[in-house]
Amino acid sequence: MKKLLLALASTAAAIGFATGASAQEKAKICFVYVGSKTDGGWTQAHDIGRQALEKQLGDKVETQFLENVPEGPDAERAIERLARSGCGLIFTTSFGFMDATIKIAQKFPDVKFEHATGYKTAPNVATYNSRFYEGRYIQGQIAAKMSQKGVAGYIASFPIPEVVMGINSFVIGARSVNPDFKIKVVWANTWFDPGKEADAAKALVDQGVDILTQHTDTTAPMQVAAERGIKAFGQASDMIAAGPNTQLTAIVDTWGAYYVKRTQAFLDGKWETTSSWDGLKDGILTMAPYTNMPDDVKKMAEETEAKIKSGELKPFTGPLKKQDGSEWLAAGVSSDDGTLLGMNFYVEGVDDQLPK
Amino acid sequence: MGIVEAILLSVITAATPLVLAAIGELVTERSGVLNLGVEGMMIMGAVSAFAITQITGSPVLGMLAGVLCGALFSQLFAFLTLTLVANQVATGLALTLLGIGVSGMMGESFLGIQGIKLQPIAIPFLADIPMLGPLLFRQDIIFYLSIALVAGVHWFLFRSRAGLKLRAVGDSHASAHALGVNVIRTRYLAVMFGGACAGLAGAQLSLVYTPQWVENMSAGRGWIALALVVFSSWRPWRVVAGGYLFGAVSISQLHAQAFGLGIPSQFLSSLPYLATIVVLILISHNRRTTLINTPASLGKPFVPDR
Repeated sequence: MKKLLLALASTAAAIGFATGASAQEKAKICFVYVGSKTDGGWTQAHDIGRQALEKQLGDKVETQFLENVPEGPDAERAIERLARSGCGLIFTTSFGFMDATIKIAQKFPDVKFEHATGYKTAPNVATYNSRFYEGRYIQGQIAAKMSQKGVAGYIASFPIPEVVMGINSFVIGARSVNPDFKIKVVWANTWFDPGKEADAAKALVDQGVDILTQHTDTTAPMQVAAERGIKAFGQASDMIAAGPNTQLTAIVDTWGAYYVKRTQAFLDGKWETTSSWDGLKDGILTMAPYTNMPDDVKKMAEETEAKIKSGELKPFTGPLKKQDGSEWLAAGVSSDDGTLLGMNFYVEGVDDQLPK
Repeated sequence: MGIVEAILLSVITAATPLVLAAIGELVTERSGVLNLGVEGMMIMGAVSAFAITQITGSPVLGMLAGVLCGALFSQLFAFLTLTLVANQVATGLALTLLGIGVSGMMGESFLGIQGIKLQPIAIPFLADIPMLGPLLFRQDIIFYLSIALVAGVHWFLFRSRAGLKLRAVGDSHASAHALGVNVIRTRYLAVMFGGACAGLAGAQLSLVYTPQWVENMSAGRGWIALALVVFSSWRPWRVVAGGYLFGAVSISQLHAQAFGLGIPSQFLSSLPYLATIVVLILISHNRRTTLINTPASLGKPFVPDR
């Protein structure tokens, strides 16, 4: 008996040793997701990025993730758990994780953090974001060309700068084609609830919009659009499967390159606090194929995309007025990034009152 | 189609899963068992309904699979709480967590696939009534079932001998046992009925409401159904009233937003819950009638002495 126990103990020690050694070799890169990694939208896009990281740097790093982490106090526990379990670099991938990330980062000064779409940094907290609004400007232009009624429906999640910026960019794009274009906004007050998103889509269609766009995470609105025979735009991932004859294009988040770049910097010991905000030209954001539209609209969309990539066109460029009619940007003046990242007002043409 | 009609149609779709899950839980609770696993049974129903529909190509078979899966899954809860006398609250919560996890795993290969919608069935003659026809008589079978189930449960509980026994078990399991009623078997069946209804509610989600499978797609509807049972003070028809009130306010607030009334959207979003709370306060104003309807043995374990 004693012999057996001894044998067991030594095997256990050996196993312990083995895992300890491999953990030392490989850096642990961790991710916190707000939704499920297979939501077909926002979180899935991040998970594809994580997989790209594993593929490219798999011999040097191992990845770990927590999904369905609610924003709020639970997020703190989740992030702290990862920090304690030996993660060297932690990506927190939702706006609502901002304060939790900063708080845990103070507790773990040796762990590096990267927070997506936020605006608070610290010596060990960097932020990264994508200029989604560039894609939304193109969508606005397409909507204005494709809509017969001149009204699009916009399913929004929460009134944070990111979302407000998207609405504004969409409207500016649309009005560059049709100066009378209008949008109706419905706030679902959720990122992820297929039923509620579908209800919001139905409400908008019932009130006469003939183009739908969404800033929530599931394909439910696309499905409603398909059922009602109108056109729609996908969000975060290519949603063409949910609406083969419906999707005009989609903003596709492609985080992989960024994750690889930052992890490499971390491995080389060159990681430092940055506030990265890349867009179409950097490939962090791509447009899904332009489908279900006439060739001239497609051509216009491709031209706009090229102009944004080359820097010739910046969506937030004057002359622009705020919703109340007051001047915002004079002709030829482009907005600075700070105003965009803290955006809390609508531009002219939005038929909605911004929740405060 | 007028705007009112359109709103009402959306309300029916939104309210049906709530009514279904709540009517099942009502029967379970009337037998004295508190099953907090509604959300878990619902999501299991949703995933199996979607999976079987994809495999067989028949949404009707999918629906039946949802019912069956909900009923089977509930028996895990029944075994733990009734036979092994585990704590009902903790076991119910565990059932919800397990359901969400297992359904995510089961559904992995069905993600992003286009769903097949359960088609509506027009009832001859009735479907041609203006206004009411398209609303009430051109619906899918799950809607008809939801109304029939409520009527059936009402009849069963208050008009049948078996229903009387079930209520006796829920009010005083010791007395019912002394009278020769098989308490444990009654409760097993009541839990199974609750599971079947929750499974059907789940099937409605993945076959009618939003014909697709996404992880966690029930998004808290099981919890609202649980609240509706209390709201209804354990009376079947009030479940319908509560479910439709909740659905109506949820849908109207979206329309109010799209219409651009300028009311803060956070306030509008909380309206369904506020309205439910207000009605609940009004209903429970009379303590005596509330107490009469509350199953007195709710949540209490029963161990027959031998």
